[in-house]
Amino acid sequence: MVQVEGLERLLLEHPLFEGMADEHRDLIAGCAANAVFEAGRYVYRQGGPADRFYLIRHGSVALEVHVPGREPFIVETLREGDVLGWGWILPPFRLNFDARALQLMRAVSIDAACLRGKMDEDHELGYQLYRRFMPVIADRLAASRLQIVDMYGHPDDYVRT
Amino acid sequence: MPTAAAATLEPMTPVPFRVLGMRKELPDTYTLDLAPADGDGPLHFAPGQFNMLYHFGVGEIPISISGDPAATDRLTHTIRSVGAVSRGMGTLKAGDMVGVRGPFGSAWPVDEARGRDVVIVCGGIGLAPLRPAIYHILANRPSYGRLVILYGARSPRDILFRRELERWGGRLDTYVDATVDRATGEWSGNVGVVTNLIRHSGFDPVDTIAMVCGPETMMQYTVEALRDRGLDNTRIYLSMERNMKCAVGFCGRCQFGGAFVCRDGPVFRFDRIAPIFRVWEF
Repeated sequence: MVQVEGLERLLLEHPLFEGMADEHRDLIAGCAANAVFEAGRYVYRQGGPADRFYLIRHGSVALEVHVPGREPFIVETLREGDVLGWGWILPPFRLNFDARALQLMRAVSIDAACLRGKMDEDHELGYQLYRRFMPVIADRLAASRLQIVDMYGHPDDYVRT
Repeated sequence: MPTAAAATLEPMTPVPFRVLGMRKELPDTYTLDLAPADGDGPLHFAPGQFNMLYHFGVGEIPISISGDPAATDRLTHTIRSVGAVSRGMGTLKAGDMVGVRGPFGSAWPVDEARGRDVVIVCGGIGLAPLRPAIYHILANRPSYGRLVILYGARSPRDILFRRELERWGGRLDTYVDATVDRATGEWSGNVGVVTNLIRHSGFDPVDTIAMVCGPETMMQYTVEALRDRGLDNTRIYLSMERNMKCAVGFCGRCQFGGAFVCRDGPVFRFDRIAPIFRVWEF
């Protein structure tokens, strides 16, 4: 009981759930648990089922792509206040990258199967969660596109031929 | 022959300056320290201003001053090798000569920012034109509120003035955060666009001046992120880059709407250029 109350407070404080009705936050808290990952430990691996997402409370995590024969390529880093994982909300509910803790990471872990079940039963909860996750997905897509543009690259690398 | 002190009186005539030293900052970027050949001085400029540097026999280019405005015995410029003149200047050695016209243009609002929080957002070589403003604010630190410096680079090996960023970040009165667009496993810092850093930095949006310099695409998204945090257009300043030739508003090469970047800029308050910023044909 004490832990659930603590998680409700953490959800209340997180910007992702700002303005959300208490009843919905309570439903989410029922699927939540605390999680701790030591530096260097993988939170999840690419290709696995997206059965959890995380609200980072402390530390940072690198999203990586592994290409055989190369060092892991870091696509993005996330840190305190960020949401780790959005694959859980969109079929086929699959993880797209490896996630490795760069420092000790403390997070609220949300059980996605539990939450998807509640969203199926309570469509308003589902709408509220989609409404909050779509900007997260859109921001990451826009950021990835900007990174591809290579804004700081040398002009000689992009001379028209 | 014109003297350094007369430089602004003879804006079209280059004044001979001697190269004091040349430092390689990055594989394609170097810093030149210059002093008047005739020993004349002191040299004054406002943070954000630029000079026209003339590589004799090759050509002339506009380069922002990247040094400390309090160091009046020299002019410091940080240059990226992108064309014939900047590549040629990269081969200069101590004792070689260049021509200098300037300083020209508008300045970062370091006086208006007194008593307020200052957020500096820069990308790539955009840190160079902002470094004089940072020096000025740090030299007058009690006069300013929170100082936030956010920097974005292509990769960890492309971070400009890395040791200075680390030194500034080590101060208790300055918040420094950096990110890169791409990195591999050994990098333990941030990866992502520079705008991601804004939401993690604490500043008072109603009493903050933002100074932004970098590629225009980066500045566009930075302005949007700053506005999302509550800054209005009158509190955001950008340094614009256009093809400058005369540097005094005669030739029209750097026309930007109703303004000339060389004379009315390069530093613009955003509300004054917002209608034409990132508009095609401008």
